[in-house]
Amino acid sequence: MSIRFNFGGDEHIFGEVSEEMSLTSFFTGLSMTNAVRTAGIRGVTEICPANASFQIRFDPDIVRPQDLLSELKSMEEAASKAAPVLKTRIIELPVFFQDPWTRETCLRFRERHQDPSSTDLEYSARINGYATVEEFIAAYSGQPWFVSMVGFVAGLPFLYQMVERKKQIQAPKYLRPRTDTPKLTIGHGGCFAAIYSVRGAGGYQMYGITPAPIYDPTRKVRYLADDMCLFKPGDIVKFKAIGRDEYDATLEEIEANQWQPTIRECTFSLTDFNSDIYGTNAKLMELINGR
Amino acid sequence: MAAKVISPGLSTSVQDLGRPGHYHVGIPEGGGMDRFATRIANLLVGNDPGAAVLEATFMGPELEFTQSAVIAVTGGELPPKLNGEERPTWESFPVKTGDRLSFGFLKGGARAYLAISGGIDVPVVLGSRSTYILGALGGHQGRTLKAGDELPIGEGSGKAGLSLPANLRRVWNSPAELRMLPGMYWHRITEAAGNRFFEETWKVAPEADRIGYRFRGGTPLEFVEREQPFGAGSDPSNIVDACYPYGSVQVPSGTEPIVLHRDAVSGGGYMMLGVVISADMDLIAQLQPHTPARFVAVTLEDALAARAEQRAALARAEGYLAG
Repeated sequence: MSIRFNFGGDEHIFGEVSEEMSLTSFFTGLSMTNAVRTAGIRGVTEICPANASFQIRFDPDIVRPQDLLSELKSMEEAASKAAPVLKTRIIELPVFFQDPWTRETCLRFRERHQDPSSTDLEYSARINGYATVEEFIAAYSGQPWFVSMVGFVAGLPFLYQMVERKKQIQAPKYLRPRTDTPKLTIGHGGCFAAIYSVRGAGGYQMYGITPAPIYDPTRKVRYLADDMCLFKPGDIVKFKAIGRDEYDATLEEIEANQWQPTIRECTFSLTDFNSDIYGTNAKLMELINGR
Repeated sequence: MAAKVISPGLSTSVQDLGRPGHYHVGIPEGGGMDRFATRIANLLVGNDPGAAVLEATFMGPELEFTQSAVIAVTGGELPPKLNGEERPTWESFPVKTGDRLSFGFLKGGARAYLAISGGIDVPVVLGSRSTYILGALGGHQGRTLKAGDELPIGEGSGKAGLSLPANLRRVWNSPAELRMLPGMYWHRITEAAGNRFFEETWKVAPEADRIGYRFRGGTPLEFVEREQPFGAGSDPSNIVDACYPYGSVQVPSGTEPIVLHRDAVSGGGYMMLGVVISADMDLIAQLQPHTPARFVAVTLEDALAARAEQRAALARAEGYLAG
């Protein structure tokens, strides 16, 4: 494995770990960005891990671009040999699948969709080989997801499900992007889930909605008082499928600022995961279920 | 101690020199799109160069002052009028309680910067007063101005009559030449498509804002054929979602290049052909829709030389104003 380095103009270095998505590539990118952060290199202003790549921004008046590139290259071997172990957290997020709001939006933009005669959920269940929407939702919420990148807009997580490749859920983006997506929609495009942190345009298939704010620029939501964005790259997320009653009850608690998501510290080992995916996931999920 | 917004203009927001350090959670640095104009506007009214100013796009706001102050307008040629009487740009002048500031029609460039002595004193969020509109963060209530808004102004002590001579301002050529370092996913397009990209003259599309500038009028790109990598998506312009550099040139479906600016979306799934150099970011801020523009390939050494030149030009202007 060799990272493809590239200058992005005179202020960025881009490192592509691999063209295709995999947890191994994500881990290498994360090890690299963690190493750069630890090294505290003068002139580095932004350290951004992404799905299978990463980006470092720097001030070329402080650090010479070629020097920084050499330094990054010298970290590559250590990063690829680093034990792929991550101290992180698992966060449980309630999701109301098949909710009326994404459904209404989905019907409003039907002519921009691959299959105008079915809903996003029906279409995605079918092309992924699930007999019913319920089975599809069970697969979606049954195994945890890695936050492999945060971005596009403030606080929006890209999530990659922790299952083997043949079980990865894949779906194309809308043929033409929608001009509207409800805030806190759970969407899916390519092999990634995303949670829309703000209302706006979007092209991902829409499956459900979470009552839990994930970005609060006013920092009034109690669990977003310190960090206005809930998610960080490396977080593990487990969706918990809820119905209308629990959605309404949770929303009421959130409005009273009484609610917070279940979050547990955990350690993730990619080696353990690769040797026993579902056993590793089960142990992680016990942390939030055995409360 | 405030400026009242009588009418907001087309898209006017509070900006300073931005909030780097949060791009990894999708919050862009923001700040005045034309950094040179932002700094000079502040220096003309005796502010720190990073004080908060108003950035007005294509059309100016109308304001009423409830205190005396010294103000200056820089950037695009958007002539200020005080109580209906035209005042020069790039020059500080006094205003007093009850005065009304309005603007004539835009004569050149695209964005004007209004600095008020004392600076616009909205709360600092994540180290900056800049408005990040998409994320409803910072600035005045996280949004562009509306009629009826009252902008708090800090304490200042500027001198009227200070001006920056024309030979110390930046000159814009037509067609605009945007210098770009090819790279990133350049290998995804054919050699012929790459040559054509630089030979053709493009035009700024109406979709041109703080997030990015779209260009039209060139030939769609031809991609090198490949089987799309797992997770990338089916269009040949798709990649596994990655970070987008400021100034990066993405070409969704290979048709219309988009250059990301200060409020960039921080990442996504479109291939990038390269990145416009830091020295030409201010220039983009001053392009109106329909302006002809060309992309010019440069090396990293060229980019660093242009950056040094731009710093020297800023130092000359700052030196002149420091007297």
